[in-house]
Amino acid sequence: MKYDIILCGVGGQGVLSVAAAIAAAAASEGLEVRQSEVHGMAQRGGAVMSHLRLSDEVIPGDLVPQGGADMILSMEPLEALRYTAYLKPEGTCVTASAPFVNIPNYPDLDELLAKVESIPSSRVVDAEKAAKDAGNRRGVNMVMVGAASTHLPLPEKALESAISDLFARKGEDVVNPNIAAFRAGREA
Amino acid sequence: MSDRALLGDEAVALGAMHAGISSAYGYPGTPSTEIMEFLMAAAERGEAASLTAQWSSNEKTAMEEALGASLCGKRALVTMKHVGLNVAADPFMNAALLDINGGLVVAVADDPGMHSSQNEQDSRYYADFAMIPCLEPTSQQEAYDMTRTAFEMSEALSVPVMIRLVTRLSHSRAAIKAKEPRNSNPLSKASDRKGWALIPAWARIRYSELIGKQEKMAAMSENSPFNTVVQGDPDGGSQKSGGGGNTGKGKLGVITTGLAKNYFNENAADLNRPYVHLHIGQSPWPEKKIADILASTDGLLVMEEGMPLVERYIRGIGRDCSKISGKMDGTVPRSGELNPNNVRASMGLPPRPALDFNPGALPPRPPQLCRGCPHEDSFQFIKETAARLDSSVVTSDIGCYALGVLPPYEVPETVVCMGASISMAKGAAEAGHPNVMAVIGDSTFYHSGLTGLVDCVADKAAVTIIIVDNSTVAMTGGQKTMLPSARLPEVVAGLGIEKEHIRVVNALKKDHEKNMGILMEELAYSGPSVIISVRECLEAIRKRKSAEKAEGSAEGGER
Repeated sequence: MKYDIILCGVGGQGVLSVAAAIAAAAASEGLEVRQSEVHGMAQRGGAVMSHLRLSDEVIPGDLVPQGGADMILSMEPLEALRYTAYLKPEGTCVTASAPFVNIPNYPDLDELLAKVESIPSSRVVDAEKAAKDAGNRRGVNMVMVGAASTHLPLPEKALESAISDLFARKGEDVVNPNIAAFRAGREA
Repeated sequence: MSDRALLGDEAVALGAMHAGISSAYGYPGTPSTEIMEFLMAAAERGEAASLTAQWSSNEKTAMEEALGASLCGKRALVTMKHVGLNVAADPFMNAALLDINGGLVVAVADDPGMHSSQNEQDSRYYADFAMIPCLEPTSQQEAYDMTRTAFEMSEALSVPVMIRLVTRLSHSRAAIKAKEPRNSNPLSKASDRKGWALIPAWARIRYSELIGKQEKMAAMSENSPFNTVVQGDPDGGSQKSGGGGNTGKGKLGVITTGLAKNYFNENAADLNRPYVHLHIGQSPWPEKKIADILASTDGLLVMEEGMPLVERYIRGIGRDCSKISGKMDGTVPRSGELNPNNVRASMGLPPRPALDFNPGALPPRPPQLCRGCPHEDSFQFIKETAARLDSSVVTSDIGCYALGVLPPYEVPETVVCMGASISMAKGAAEAGHPNVMAVIGDSTFYHSGLTGLVDCVADKAAVTIIIVDNSTVAMTGGQKTMLPSARLPEVVAGLGIEKEHIRVVNALKKDHEKNMGILMEELAYSGPSVIISVRECLEAIRKRKSAEKAEGSAEGGER
């Protein structure tokens, strides 16, 4: 089993926490994991992309090849489209629907979403609404972990305990709303 | 010991800790920053009780501090990004001649592709230049193992050893298996000053010694477990023809260095001819292994992450190079980062089938200053002042404020290297240009601005230096500036700037007109002046507040 994910969004949207949650869950399942991160100048409000590779065999390197990704998981629709060359022919694109507009020439949103939906296996998630309904407006990224989870080769329980561990340091008041956001994402 | 998921940077840090280092010094720089951050956090948590892990003013002072530790018999690690090694080049080159006592490892993180840098120079050239070994990990586990090996080699050969990282490994996480930690060295000063005082008479002897060590280094490389030869026959012997490296008959030779190995392995199963793959993870280059592969194959593809160092070495002059391909003949991209895709193309393989989808043209989303960043307000008053002048020069420097070269600010006209803003401003003013301004950050000023400022004072240069003081090293994630912000005026005064030409202003919208007036006044002055434009970085405030909150709750919320 080999599962490659391209995670993307805009610097500051919490792409790293999404990667960390999935990576920890995979590691707890005994899989080998490689997870690339973006630091430095590149993360200042710009497009960020992270490679996440899960496998039960040796992983040759840190980068997902073009045409090799099983999933694009994006925090934002424009960024979801930026990396489609990485998707396998049968790959899945999961994105949050809300745009992050910090450039003057941001494209028309309806057109963007229509493009995403024209990918045969795609899923557009109103993550802001799901997070709000779950009582955790700041839990958009965990909603996206939930939304991705139905496609991932990982048990729900492993992901939930990874999320608990990720936020454990901050106490139960932070853990529980994030679990709630994750569950809302699964349902969304 | 249990598995831990670590960044490549962190694996180097843990390897150094387990190798028994007593000291670690560095200057923050992407992608190397996380090495020191890991060590500092470990020291703070008490996991490495006797470890001194500190940021230095710049890479040169860091290297020299580490040399002091080595002199006293202790193991020391120095960390920096590739361009930082230029700053540290003086002690680095001379350290190769010293009789290194406690193991000294220089961990340098290169940034091919320039994700966060002004060039993509290859630090292996420095190791070659200094005639010292270089180890280049291709995985987080190797980063850990090689760091430990590097300390052993450093003490066995009495030379510094380089660990060369690149962005993708520095900033990628994987589980590693740690080994039993080693104790630190006892305090034991080098016994002979002839090994440490490079006066010409003794330096000549030391240089001969270094040359004498080359044979031993070469033998170590020839037998190194990091220089591997793998035979492959993906197609089980049946030969077809493809394109590029995949064409041709007979056995293909492949030499990789750095992460090129991973990208080759990612694609090797799709080759349709047998191959021999030599990976070089340790320099000096294993000449015998290279000669063997050259003699035993019908074509040689050389793929290196960085510049074509090994390839140039193999090609030589006067040799028939028709069977060698790599960066020099354009088979492998000459600049930028390697990745599984361009390595695949270099191997002569067609692209992997991908989703058939064209998203059309998408607008780029380059990095930009955070909304409400204090630099915005500094750039605004500089920009508007400059617009009122007939002509002006604005030099600048390395940091978040370099993003101000782009719209909507378009204020700095130059970004070259740490500290260049001040010295270039002096040169421009002395060339006769009026209204010369230098924009430099507080940390960059401490790193390399002080000496340039002394030049300005000495020659009464007509420059106005604007220190954009956000009280942190912002670009690399908010490390502490060497001295607190409040001390900047006294430091500037101490270097000889006259009191009335040291102006402290607030980088605030409401002070815009006032700040323009002050800048105009100082531009009219015929000597050097310094305007310190102060407001704390928003990220630094956020980090500080969350740390205070965490501390408060840890203490039962008493604060």
